[in-house]
Amino acid sequence: MTSWRTKLLPPLLAIVFAVLLSAIALIISGADPLQAYGTMIGQMFKGSTAVDTVNLATVYYLSGLAVAIGFQMNLFNIGVEGQYRFAAVVAAIAGGAMKLPPVIHVIAILLVAVVAGMAYAAVPAILKVTRGVSEVISTIMLNAIVAGIIAFLINADQFGVQRGNNIGTRVIEPSGRIPGIPLGSGTLFGFVVIAALIGAAYWFMLNRTRFGFELKASGESTTAAAAGGVSAKKMTLIAMLLSGGVAGLVAMPELLGRDYSYGITATQMYGFTGIAVALLGRNHPGGIALGALLWAFLDTSAVSLEQINVSKEIATIMQGIIVLSVVVAYEIVRRADLAAEQRRVGRALAGRKGSSVAEGGAV
Amino acid sequence: MITDVAPGSGSTMPVQQRRRGRIPGWLRGVIWAVVAIAVISTASYSTGVAALTSSNTAQTALRLALPILLCALGGLWAERAGVVNIGLEGMMILGTWGAAWGSYNGGVWAGLISAIVFGALGGLLHAVATVTFNVNHIVSGVAINLLGLGVTKYLANLIFAPISGNPRQSPVVPKFDTYSATFLSDWLGDLEKEQRVGISDVAGVLRGLVTEVAPLTMIAIILVPVSFWILWRTRFGLRLRSCGENPVAAESLGVNVYLHKYVAVVISGAFAGMGGASLVLLRGGADYLENQTNGRGYIGLAAMIFGNWRPGGLLGGAALFGYADGLQLAGGGEAVLALLYGAVILVAVIVVVQLFRRQWIAAGLGVVGAGVLYAIYWANDTLPSDLIPYTAHFVTLIVLAVASQRLRPPKADGQPYRRGED
Repeated sequence: MTSWRTKLLPPLLAIVFAVLLSAIALIISGADPLQAYGTMIGQMFKGSTAVDTVNLATVYYLSGLAVAIGFQMNLFNIGVEGQYRFAAVVAAIAGGAMKLPPVIHVIAILLVAVVAGMAYAAVPAILKVTRGVSEVISTIMLNAIVAGIIAFLINADQFGVQRGNNIGTRVIEPSGRIPGIPLGSGTLFGFVVIAALIGAAYWFMLNRTRFGFELKASGESTTAAAAGGVSAKKMTLIAMLLSGGVAGLVAMPELLGRDYSYGITATQMYGFTGIAVALLGRNHPGGIALGALLWAFLDTSAVSLEQINVSKEIATIMQGIIVLSVVVAYEIVRRADLAAEQRRVGRALAGRKGSSVAEGGAV
Repeated sequence: MITDVAPGSGSTMPVQQRRRGRIPGWLRGVIWAVVAIAVISTASYSTGVAALTSSNTAQTALRLALPILLCALGGLWAERAGVVNIGLEGMMILGTWGAAWGSYNGGVWAGLISAIVFGALGGLLHAVATVTFNVNHIVSGVAINLLGLGVTKYLANLIFAPISGNPRQSPVVPKFDTYSATFLSDWLGDLEKEQRVGISDVAGVLRGLVTEVAPLTMIAIILVPVSFWILWRTRFGLRLRSCGENPVAAESLGVNVYLHKYVAVVISGAFAGMGGASLVLLRGGADYLENQTNGRGYIGLAAMIFGNWRPGGLLGGAALFGYADGLQLAGGGEAVLALLYGAVILVAVIVVVQLFRRQWIAAGLGVVGAGVLYAIYWANDTLPSDLIPYTAHFVTLIVLAVASQRLRPPKADGQPYRRGED
């Protein structure tokens, strides 16, 4: 039933549509779309842009996976944004304070990050399970509050260290860092390997374990799953915690591979990008990887647009259009497939003389 | 399609109505307002923090409650028609840009209209995605939030940057004139200065509400009863709400479900756009500024849920969040701590009510909660300044956690509907 057409056509359609619409926006603002797109693609082969793209895609990939786990249970974890920032600041503080031998130090930091992400996800999960509070609203509130918590924790009175104009956590010792892979003029995060492993684990959990099956079943229909002995509340809680745990790792590639300290100016919005990437990849680990690469490409190459006096916000517009049109495209292709199948069944039935009663036909 | 109507729901409705029949909605609102003011003024005198009931706080609260109120109204219209509108934030951002642009070019009223049009365009996009293409409502909303931010940044770069020299900010735009009920305001001001228990507090709050009021403020407040009247007292409103309760039944009775949903979501966007205008066009607020909505669209949605999808309730929710926000802005950490004291009193009142009703577990939990709150109040002189700006968010979370068990959303809220399919 799910042909290559239903899988690949919608994202392609969406990208083409987004490119066309953005071209119109570019023409209106008096720029040459061909030149703009050419500059963006050309940027790919300059300096370390390609490596930067993959590095950024690693971050987006983890974020997309975190969101996708929630989607499987029909949970909308907007809170990945808050969870990863909370986990990042806690892990950075813990990592800066710890003195451990090389590999163990890294593992300890990652564990702290996962637990912190889970803890921050536990708040909306518990509120939802016990009080029925919509996870969408509660996670949005927690996303806002996390900025206050970070400012509070990084404050020089608590755990912060002032360095020039920037205030951040204590720098993590070399023993707690993940070495990068030198590639061309850039350095690829060593975390790429870990991210790929997490993607594989996600696939295995969903498709090869009983828990994955129960999770998907519960997401499809809580009542049907409950009839089969799967508690929806338990699944909600576990899915939210797993999602939060993966979200806790989102900031780790940059923290352990480049920055070694979490500052007040650290990049935000990775969580929201994760939602878009998960939608683009249809919650499939391979699809999410492609979506993350596309998103990272748009982000890193948009900077080059400034050279030809085009506002780089055109990339944001393009991303918004892609998200919306990709879901619309899936719906259109689904309807077309449904209609085609109905026609096929109709033709098949018309060709037959009508089955006998013994075969289940009408009298 | 018939399975949707559970046999129980038919029999519980009249019971609810009978229960509600004992205390009319408006009276309940009045009682809540009296309780709230009583609690706040008690807290104000016990802690000696006058900011809790000063006219300055009330005025700031009113200004900050407006965008939340308008977004909540927008959410009400969309969700009553069965469309979850989490894109309010994006529509509001579009509204802020539209307001600044229109106001800069053609005065405040042009700004307001342009904000409404921009918000409504966002609503139209949401309607096309969710109603025509059956896209998941939350997914579409998130995309609109992304798009609203991208489009406004792009437009601000294109149009505002050459004038103001800053792509994140608009040039200075005209604002609404304000009007005061002078005699009333002066009289209330005298009362407030006398510092008499109770009366001065009420006077302070009222004075804040009648001093320097902009036309937009009045329009927004009038829109609450108007929305109630349209949605609950007209044929159009009944049809619109039926689309949110059971679209299949509505369609079978000849209601054009698609049309009603479209109208509702476009109006919802228009309200969100007005909410954006209220950030830009009121005195005391900034001109267009990047990220100035700061999640208010979401808080509006929370206010609507807190208000049980009803106009009176969402007015209360918006007032609560606006007050929490205005208080932290006008009074700072000390005032928020005093608010905590007020919360202890409120919880104590609730505990007494629960004991009266013989709800022992709820009363016990209330005692524990009050104890924790009082411990925090007692142990601190002021709260960490980094966390103070998020008072409204904390209040939202806590209120939702405490209050959301008796809520009743529209039955088909957020569910896809296609004509001829069930």
